[in-house]
Amino acid sequence: MGPLFLTKFTAVTALGHGLEAQYLALCERRSGLHPSNFENIDFDMAIGRVKDVETVTLPTDLEVFDCRNNQLALLGLQQDGFQEAVMAARARYGPHRVAVLIGTSTSGILETERAYRQQDLETGALPENFCSRYRYTHNTFSVGHFVRSYLRLTGPAMVVSTACSSSAKVFASASRWITAGFCDAAVVGGVDSLCLTTLCGFSALDLVSKEPCRPCAVDRDGLSIGEAAGFALLEKENETSNQGGVALLGYGESCDAHHMSHPHPMGTGAILAMQGALRSANLQASVIDYIQLHGTATKANDRVEDKAVSEVFGSEVPCSSTKGWTGHTLGAAGAVGSILASLCLTHGLIPGTVNTHIVDPEFSSFVILENQRQQVRTILSNFFGFGGNNCCLIFGSV
Amino acid sequence: MQLFINGIGICGPGLAGWEQACEVFLAIRPYCQEDLSQPAPTFLPPNELRRSSEVVKWSLQVAHEALQHNHVSAHDITTVFTTSGGESAILQQLCLALATTERVISPTLFHHSVHNAAAGYWSIGIESHQPSVSLSCYDSSFGGGLIEAGTYICVNSWPVLLVAYDLPPPPPLYTARPLAAPFATALLFSSQQFSHSLAQLSIQLVQGTGKETRMAEASLEILRKGNPAARALPLLSAIAKGKKTQVSMSYLDDNQLLIDVTPCQPCQN
Repeated sequence: MGPLFLTKFTAVTALGHGLEAQYLALCERRSGLHPSNFENIDFDMAIGRVKDVETVTLPTDLEVFDCRNNQLALLGLQQDGFQEAVMAARARYGPHRVAVLIGTSTSGILETERAYRQQDLETGALPENFCSRYRYTHNTFSVGHFVRSYLRLTGPAMVVSTACSSSAKVFASASRWITAGFCDAAVVGGVDSLCLTTLCGFSALDLVSKEPCRPCAVDRDGLSIGEAAGFALLEKENETSNQGGVALLGYGESCDAHHMSHPHPMGTGAILAMQGALRSANLQASVIDYIQLHGTATKANDRVEDKAVSEVFGSEVPCSSTKGWTGHTLGAAGAVGSILASLCLTHGLIPGTVNTHIVDPEFSSFVILENQRQQVRTILSNFFGFGGNNCCLIFGSV
Repeated sequence: MQLFINGIGICGPGLAGWEQACEVFLAIRPYCQEDLSQPAPTFLPPNELRRSSEVVKWSLQVAHEALQHNHVSAHDITTVFTTSGGESAILQQLCLALATTERVISPTLFHHSVHNAAAGYWSIGIESHQPSVSLSCYDSSFGGGLIEAGTYICVNSWPVLLVAYDLPPPPPLYTARPLAAPFATALLFSSQQFSHSLAQLSIQLVQGTGKETRMAEASLEILRKGNPAARALPLLSAIAKGKKTQVSMSYLDDNQLLIDVTPCQPCQN
């Protein structure tokens, strides 16, 4: 593929609102993970909660979309001049030539969880105000519909939901849509908000750490769940960029074909995705300066990813996971990872894995724990989801 | 955007498989919506089949049917799974459990609740490592899947299987999303024509609303409007009839997909 420029990008995570907050937390090695204070959860875990999501008010004409997931999306769109950049692209290309592709795993399911707590005891009926708004809150397309409506775009749109690879895959799809001529530019992103389904679901699978997660650590014992919204404006030309030239250079996608929630023991799918991304970018493994691991901090995921990474890259390329900062933001992980990678490219930073003290001695890849300052030209980022769905992206400074 | 259709799978009330559906579309057989199919995709191992949801069974049944009589190996096919609501029955079970004070949910139900559960089962069942995407565009999910499948082919020239499916959620969630009936369909696309190609499609996205192609038969029209996957019916019917025609489909309320359908003449390759 040819390079596709991220002419504007932004994120809100547990580290704060906007790029500066993300970058400062990376530099200061300050994790955004804290003990749970969400929906009266009564078991021990640290979560990456975004501050002040509840106070976000949707515009009056879009009130029907009101739910935590869309509040989080709006908070993201309002950072770093992102919506202004989209408006400029809208004027430049026409509203019908700007696509919207968003990834999410659970959309606005929190509204549905709450509706079932208000079921009519006699009839079992759900509140009418929930039913009439299901389309705009919980349905998987809701966040795509909201973002497209808010930005007044009329081009093609979709929501990708492949669990934790969702918002990595939107970069790949957007690249194809632009190449095929379906649009000239694309708003891509990922939005996933805290809900009981994922907090209790991952706990039921025994995959949640009691402490802030410790990716690649010898004593790692599970992930920490976070919420986030991340967005990027993708364009073929880079004339308008004011964020110092970051481009998507390649992508690779694959399936594990092994199990719904366990990774392939040999990392077969992950290896195929990384090799596919290198092929798509027309790059040799040796030119990758930094590998941003999926690195969720579960026993099996990190072990298999290490095996796959060292198979493709040996043990020379610095690797780390940023999940210790933001938590695993699930359907938003692809967007968050991509935006943190973009910051690393523009600022010459390789972040060492935060929270982790001793790297698993069984690992062969070069996992780093301390931040490093150096020129970073190419970053490979991994994203793996339930259903064995893998996506690997390569970003470069241009 | 141009592509060829090489195989079709279909499952819905009175439409048990492409052969039967063709007879209905050609009015050789009267449409009988009372005939309900119970899909059971045979290629899944019995224990996987037992664990899988109805949504998985419906989608994999049609996916498998679309690959019959094709020379291309299932291992080499990229897949696009499109569904408005995915595993809505499982999500309801989770929400019911989360509404209790214990909030204990089944780990198996949790990982089966993902929107890409069917795609995951497919890749496991046929042992394919090829790329797979699962998406939603609410009522426009079929059109959205068509764009995604078409652009995959435009860029990579790989064979792509599009699988579209939605099942009505059980009550009480049904009130929030009252789908008329279960429906699933799958279309196998390629960039080049084969001897068994059924039709060539040329797809354009145009701005604004316009007249949608409807089903002449009243019950089929109710099905078309009542299930996002069944928005495919006019296209499937046009392919069955084997005449050059244009099918128009509403997309995201403010756009239309215009699909030129050209039946394929038998060719030599």
